[in-house]
Amino acid sequence: MLDLLKAPVLTFQEFIGLSARAVSGVVRKPYYWDDVFVQMDLIGVGSLPVVILTGFFSGAVMALQMSRALQTYGATSQVGQIVAITLVREMGPVLTALMVAGRNSSGMASELGSMKVTEQIDAMRALGTDPVMKLVKPRLIATAFVLPLLTVLADFLGLVGGWMVACKMLGLTTGSQYWNTAWRALEYNDIAQGLLKPFVFAIVLSLVGCFYGMRASGGTQGVGRATTQAVVVASVWVVVLTFVIGRVFVSM
Amino acid sequence: MSGEPHPSILSFDDVTFGFEDEPVLRNVTFSLHRGETLIVHGAAGSGKTVLLKIALGLLRPSRGTVRVFGRDVTALHERDWFDVRSHIGVLFQEGGLFDSLSIEDNVAYPLLNQPRLAAPQAEVDLRVRRSLEFVELGHTLDKLPSELSGGMRRRVGIARAIVTEPELMLYDSPTAGLDPITANTIMALILKGRDVRRASTMIVTHRHQDGEILERYRYDEASAALRPAGTNGSPSFTRYMVLDQGRIAFIGSPVEFDSCADPLVARFASR
Ligand SMILES: Nc1ncnc2c1ncn2[C@@H]1O[C@H](COP(=O)(O)OP(=O)(O)OP(=O)(O)O)[C@@H](O)[C@H]1O
Ligand SMILES: [Mg+2]
Repeated sequence: MLDLLKAPVLTFQEFIGLSARAVSGVVRKPYYWDDVFVQMDLIGVGSLPVVILTGFFSGAVMALQMSRALQTYGATSQVGQIVAITLVREMGPVLTALMVAGRNSSGMASELGSMKVTEQIDAMRALGTDPVMKLVKPRLIATAFVLPLLTVLADFLGLVGGWMVACKMLGLTTGSQYWNTAWRALEYNDIAQGLLKPFVFAIVLSLVGCFYGMRASGGTQGVGRATTQAVVVASVWVVVLTFVIGRVFVSM
Repeated sequence: MSGEPHPSILSFDDVTFGFEDEPVLRNVTFSLHRGETLIVHGAAGSGKTVLLKIALGLLRPSRGTVRVFGRDVTALHERDWFDVRSHIGVLFQEGGLFDSLSIEDNVAYPLLNQPRLAAPQAEVDLRVRRSLEFVELGHTLDKLPSELSGGMRRRVGIARAIVTEPELMLYDSPTAGLDPITANTIMALILKGRDVRRASTMIVTHRHQDGEILERYRYDEASAALRPAGTNGSPSFTRYMVLDQGRIAFIGSPVEFDSCADPLVARFASR
């Protein structure tokens, strides 16, 4: 039993070690801003199409599924409120984070993993750079900056998707009522939650991706393994953390 | 860096290392003196790469003491390793060239990133060019590593290792996977790097010919050619080491190496 637990506990310990070095490195020199901008472009601009599509359709689907229930209670005018709250609190942050985990955590794991197995990470250390500063920190900063923005975009497009279904397709309510209820439903608490979540997810997504990349071993096969592990672990963390953060906010 | 006649550049004292309880190096003790060449042989998986990585501080020994340039580096903090490493040139077994950077940027990397070696851009450019010309690749500046052949990539690796003019050179299997002619070209470059700058050299190799070249030839600057060693009065300081499953099975002079009766050692000698 103890032996079974030893490996995951050791891995988690290593992960905390890397995270501590990367996070404390954020306030220390050197900064490689070129790498930060490259990563922002890769994560932010690169994820736009998938975030636009998932955001739009998640809002549309929600309005569609809610329409029956709301009709039963004669509360179809409330559709804007329901879409807004679920999107901003939960669906927007989580779906965006899962998309970015699939695209970028995996990308980081495979890029850093190939660098590891071809001894490029060793070469970095041998030639005067700290890989945590040069590779992990720029990815961490870029993701933490870009993921909240992507989430806001997904939230907005989700509302547009909900509006298309609720007002244009099903005619549940008028456009002005939809936007009105949606807007008034949102409290500071929701906005705070909706922005804190992507920020926390971003830290976890980038660190998990980098961590599995940097501990890859065993040639190209090892890189493949690292990539899969990174996506799985990052996604699980996202759904666990959304519950934890949600719990904290609900009790507030 | 002390004033002894043959100060030890690198020394291992009873070094043991393992990955997760599995020993890879056991009680390794040796030292490399200034100007000396140490040729390391050993079967695949015997711990040769691990030995070099410990010397560079990329891996930490679980027991024993490592000294580099006379300084005890066993418990050195990563921050302080960077200065030590800036005096060491290394060619990795897998190359370790940054595949997102051009050849020029690869070779300039240590000059731009080692604080000790900070220099104006013009000087960096000059040294990079000189280093690439040394390995006869002056025309490839803007190419990416993926656009070069295996032998050319090895040469870029050498150019990057020597651009900082290090006192200690570590080569991990520089000729592995190359055809004999290219392999000899690489060896000639390594010899040239050793003899022009009198760097201490540790080289891991699978080919006994590599050892012979290092042992028997010198690079003569005047004629820009390889000459048999000893003809101009300079003896070669060459020793051989054979690793077997993480232990030193043999370490000694070329004569002892050639006459060693141990079948394990004899396998690597040229008989
Ligand atoms: N990252 C690692 N994790 C676990 N074990 C490792 C790791 N790197 C090397 N080893 C093990 O350490 C031992 C020595 O490896 P090393 O790379 O030093 O061999 P080598 O002598 O350089 O072999 P080769 O001639 O094939 O390059 C091998 O048994 C290898 O399996
Ligand atoms: Mg090796």
